Amino acid sequence: MASVSLEHALILAAILFAIGFAGLLTRRNLIVVLACIEIMLNAAGLAFVAAGARWGQADGQVMFLFVLAMAGAEVAVGLAIAIRFRQSLKGLDVDDADRMRG
Amino acid sequence: MLSLLWLIPALPAAGFVLLVLLNRRLGRAGAAWIGAGSVGLSMLAALLVCGSFIVSPPAGDACRQVLWTWMDVAGFTPAIGFYLDAVSVVWVLVITVVGFLIHLYSTEHMEHDEGFTRFFTYLNLFVFSMLVLVLADNLLLLYLGWEGVGLCSYLLIAFWQKDPQNVYSGRKAFIVTRVGDTALIAGLFLLLTQLGTLEIQPLLRAAEQTWAPDSTVAVVAALLILGGAVGKSAQVPLQTWLPDAMAGPSPVSALIHAATMVTAGVYLIARTTPLFELAGDARLAVALVGIVTLLIAGFSALVQHDLKRALAYSTISQIGYMILALGVSGWEAGVFHFGTHAFFKALLFLGAGVVIEALAGEHDIFKMGGLARKLPAVFVTFTVGAAALAALPFVTNGFYSKDLVISTTLGTADGNVWLYVGSILGAFVTTLYSFRLVWVVFFGEAHTEVTRRPRWRQTMPLWVLAVFSIITGFLWLPAWIGAFHPLEDFLDTALPPIEWTGRYAHFAESAGAAFVIILIVYGGIFLSYLLWVPWRRGTHAFAASPVVRPLAAFWLGGWGFDWLYERVFVRPVKWFAHWARHDLVDYVVDGIAWVNLAGWRTLSAGQTGRLRSYVAVAGFGVVLVLAVVVLR
Repeated sequence: MASVSLEHALILAAILFAIGFAGLLTRRNLIVVLACIEIMLNAAGLAFVAAGARWGQADGQVMFLFVLAMAGAEVAVGLAIAIRFRQSLKGLDVDDADRMRG
Repeated sequence: MLSLLWLIPALPAAGFVLLVLLNRRLGRAGAAWIGAGSVGLSMLAALLVCGSFIVSPPAGDACRQVLWTWMDVAGFTPAIGFYLDAVSVVWVLVITVVGFLIHLYSTEHMEHDEGFTRFFTYLNLFVFSMLVLVLADNLLLLYLGWEGVGLCSYLLIAFWQKDPQNVYSGRKAFIVTRVGDTALIAGLFLLLTQLGTLEIQPLLRAAEQTWAPDSTVAVVAALLILGGAVGKSAQVPLQTWLPDAMAGPSPVSALIHAATMVTAGVYLIARTTPLFELAGDARLAVALVGIVTLLIAGFSALVQHDLKRALAYSTISQIGYMILALGVSGWEAGVFHFGTHAFFKALLFLGAGVVIEALAGEHDIFKMGGLARKLPAVFVTFTVGAAALAALPFVTNGFYSKDLVISTTLGTADGNVWLYVGSILGAFVTTLYSFRLVWVVFFGEAHTEVTRRPRWRQTMPLWVLAVFSIITGFLWLPAWIGAFHPLEDFLDTALPPIEWTGRYAHFAESAGAAFVIILIVYGGIFLSYLLWVPWRRGTHAFAASPVVRPLAAFWLGGWGFDWLYERVFVRPVKWFAHWARHDLVDYVVDGIAWVNLAGWRTLSAGQTGRLRSYVAVAGFGVVLVLAVVVLR
């Protein structure tokens, strides 16, 4: 099996991160926004794992486990916010939440 | 006994401190006991000290008591020290005796006033400041007392502070006297820089030794001191504050604006006599100020409707006599007239206070009338005071002192015929306006009901002052009556004697000159009787005739000084203040506010509340930071 080089893995991570960030900027549905954040987190995780494999260190995989755990917590909070958001604003459009306007 | 000197000012000071500290916890009786009691004790101390001073004079005919060094800065070490000589003895006795009588009177006069304790607090502070003024052994301490009495004068004129007019009068008194005070402090700086000390006796000796007679510096120093005296003693051109000062309670008018504070200028000039002896031009200025003031104020007093304002103008006029006497080197005559004036003018003001109180606050003399039967005690004593003011011959103290003043204007080397004629004319006007008050207030028809009669605490001071207004004149009889002049001998220990060296000295000292005055006084009293008793209707018609009316209005308004000052000083200053509200400093302050406001607008514009724009900016920021780090 041909090994995947570090460069390829990092380019994939960068593409994933960019996709997630672009989604964050363009999408207005709160659920999709949360999904985009997940994509960006996984892009970062992929970069950790690839780097760990490149230098033969376990640290990269350990960090990915942390990222997974944090992502789980984040989803719990994020979905709770989404429910409250829907109750108070009758929808999930993030642009409706502009009451902190200066 | 002389070592008790410090007690004289310390007792009223203690009374003041007690009244301030106990303020609300004291009832009216307590405040009255402390307020009048402290001044009464001070009077006893003064009688003891001055009595022993007179009976057994200390070496050098003066005694000095230094309590402590006030400050010690670069060789300038003014002390808190008191100096007692013949001049300060006269002032201390008058201040404490008249002061105590007026305090006693006030305990009844002010008994229903809500500011009873406050009144005695200010009054005690005043007596303390005045005693410091006349006992100070250096000019700086004198200046402290000088400003202290000015402050008390302001506080007491504006005593009924709920009426804006009273507060305005207080402010006016404070600001107008401030003009004179500025001249005085400038004079003190000049003396300090030129002579190196402010301690009065060494300073006067140094001036005599180092300054040539009529040198510019001596004249300037004397003129600056005269400026201070003009402000405090309400002389032309700074006399405008005193008639308005009558807004205060009557005891205040009696104590501060007749008997004591307004004579501080006379004291100051008498105290610095050697300085004025060195400055002939300054003496001439003093005499001119005196003669102009006494005539202007005399004619103004003649047309006043307000009882207290008439007395106020007469005070200005009588102080003009004192200043005139000082200006013609009749130093002792000026001091003598101060002593007699303090008694009869305090008497007149206290009598006026009873009258105004009895008529429920009526000030207009033409709404009074017929009070001779209803207020007999006031009638008798007020008439004694008016007679003394008019210099009724032989029986009143005013005759002896005014006769002496008028004689000195002719008899001394500085005197001349013009001053003499002017002062005679002033004496004639004085008899007219003083007896005008008696005829109009106490005779004729009653226009207002008497609603209150004085009790002993008000009548007793009146009687005592009436007695003083008679007997104090006998302390210095003129040469043609007899050789009895203990006051002159006493004052000779501190002041240069009157030198009868003028061209007409022989006439001035003779019974002939006195005969002129006697004639003038009797003529004036008789004329005033005719004008205001049998011919009163005609007098009013005359005063209302088209020729006389503008003149009377001119005199009533104090010769237009207020009108002039309003236009020359008050309005330009007000206009400038209005204009200068938007000055450069405002631009700086407003600019700081504007910068902050603009910054707030800019920053808050970024707070759109849109999540996605926040994210975009954060992402852009991260890219920027990374780019900087990587591409550096």
